[in-house]
Amino acid sequence: MRAFGAVLLSVPVTLFGLVLVTFLIGRVMPIDPIIAILGDHAREDVVAKLRLELGLDRSLPVQFVLYLGRLLHGDLGNSVMTSHSVVADIGQFFPATLELATVAIIIGVVVGVPLGVLAAVRQGSRTDHAIRVFCLAGHSIPVFVLGLLSLLVFYAKLGWAPGTGRIDVAFEGMVPSVTGFLTVDALLAQDWDSFWSAVGHLMQPAGVLGYFSVAYIARMTRAFMLDALGEEYVTTARAKGLSPLRVIWRHAFPNILVRLITVLALSYAGLLEGAVVTETVFSWPGLGQYLTVSLLNADMNAVLGATLVIGMSYMGLNLLADLAYRLMDPRVL
Amino acid sequence: MSAHAEPMSRRAWLLNESPASRRQAAWGRRYRLWLDFRRNPLAMAGLCTLVTLGLLTLAAPVVGRYDPAAQDLAYRLAEPSWAHWFGTDELGRDVLARVLYGGRITLGMVVAVVLLVAPIGLVIGIVAGYFGGFADRVLMRVTDVFLAFPRLILALAFVAAIQPGITSAIAAIALTAWPPYARLARAETLTIRNTDFIAAVRLTGASPWRIILRHVAPLCLPSLIVRVTLDMSSIILTVAALGFLGMGARPPSPEWGAMIATARRFILTQWWVPLVPGLAIFVTSLAFNLLGDGLRDVLDPKQR
Repeated sequence: MRAFGAVLLSVPVTLFGLVLVTFLIGRVMPIDPIIAILGDHAREDVVAKLRLELGLDRSLPVQFVLYLGRLLHGDLGNSVMTSHSVVADIGQFFPATLELATVAIIIGVVVGVPLGVLAAVRQGSRTDHAIRVFCLAGHSIPVFVLGLLSLLVFYAKLGWAPGTGRIDVAFEGMVPSVTGFLTVDALLAQDWDSFWSAVGHLMQPAGVLGYFSVAYIARMTRAFMLDALGEEYVTTARAKGLSPLRVIWRHAFPNILVRLITVLALSYAGLLEGAVVTETVFSWPGLGQYLTVSLLNADMNAVLGATLVIGMSYMGLNLLADLAYRLMDPRVL
Repeated sequence: MSAHAEPMSRRAWLLNESPASRRQAAWGRRYRLWLDFRRNPLAMAGLCTLVTLGLLTLAAPVVGRYDPAAQDLAYRLAEPSWAHWFGTDELGRDVLARVLYGGRITLGMVVAVVLLVAPIGLVIGIVAGYFGGFADRVLMRVTDVFLAFPRLILALAFVAAIQPGITSAIAAIALTAWPPYARLARAETLTIRNTDFIAAVRLTGASPWRIILRHVAPLCLPSLIVRVTLDMSSIILTVAALGFLGMGARPPSPEWGAMIATARRFILTQWWVPLVPGLAIFVTSLAFNLLGDGLRDVLDPKQR
């Protein structure tokens, strides 16, 4: 269990680093935060008062301690653009991103794992090569290009997808927000029209994003499966005359589960990043769009808040992957 | 082989089992690697694509036929035709010419990032691995922090803080891209450090820096090269994403991501305007992936 403790101990250090980096980013910027808040033409006494309030007259280390203190109280400052507190904004936008990433990872698992197993079982065959090319393409195409392409094909040409946004304009604001997951909220409210509209809007961006996790998960599953199929217990199982399907799913597959869970967590973390770009293509009102709009408006509090939240989720998922691996594979400890 | 025999063919000289000089041995090894590599059709396809793309972007003034900035408002959003192979954009500029010139920017940014990052990561990793102790712990903590950030997000925040533009985009991506190299170089160094031949070199009185530069670094290079090649595609995607989000090269620059950003509103009507630069990104990044896979099989067989 010592290694376990070491992993947990490293968390505060990394977290501290994360906060320090975002703080420093916020301080190297050439834009005076005061001007960003008050504009160019503010009266001098107002500027001086705000500078004092924000602690900008103190030294950098003192400012950092103040920043840490505010952070511990859950205060990330106010967004200039929305004029709400950044924490409230993130609370509003983050569920949309989570919803998108969650559906994408489900697609990734449901499609990616069987593809990977199939490629491993048929190693060297045409199927294997086709799957390999499919996965390589997923590592090579930019998210936004695939998103635009799918808008062209599925929305404009085929008319299968309802287009951008989270729900049809007619249903906007009809469902009371409980979880922030629009589909779940519509289910809870038993509002079927809203539900299907939300599902329709969700499927396209989630499918685009899901393709990237399919590519990653399938490739890793294939590699793990090839390892497992080369083990002696698999040969034994085959020698006993078990059916090929039984050998694959009951003997080899359970042994790659541990490593697969690690891959899942990493893939989910990667999706958070991909979501940022996907959201701008599909006008999906999530944290990614919040981040990019704030970026273009030089709204630094919002940018740093969103960066910190995404960074923390990313770190948490990585940690989860690490812990799951150590917990379930006794050889690692 | 007698002294009177015909002068050895170049191929025989390279493949000689008992090389007479260091030079012959080194080139013989390289030639064998090349023969291995050549047997992989996908990797060769990747290499050929990249060479072609490189030549095309260099020859942009000839192949492109048009000035990438020349506007022709009478010919706005023209369909692909004999005069304009990939059509024209919203200001009547030739899309092919812009993609070719844009390739110089996108590929140039990628090369700049790699030239910055690979040596830095290599040095940090080797120093951490070779000296160990306190330096190792501090350096690895720092890499952990940077690895804890999603690359694109950190780069975005950085560029926003400095100022959007090509130089800051390169700096920001470089800043987020070095940790994996440092990790890799450290792991390699840890295994090399304790080998007998390093102990022998140390006994001859070589200084630590001489050992690092002359004996450890060259052995870390193959896996580093593989990693860089495989990483190229993700660097291209990051460069393009920064451009697309308006944080890298800015329009009217024909950088591929920026081109797509300005042309995305035509996706439902004049789809070729945003999709041609998209295709360019895809092809380049796929070619790097294929090349990287092939190089890994040749240079780093244990990772296969």
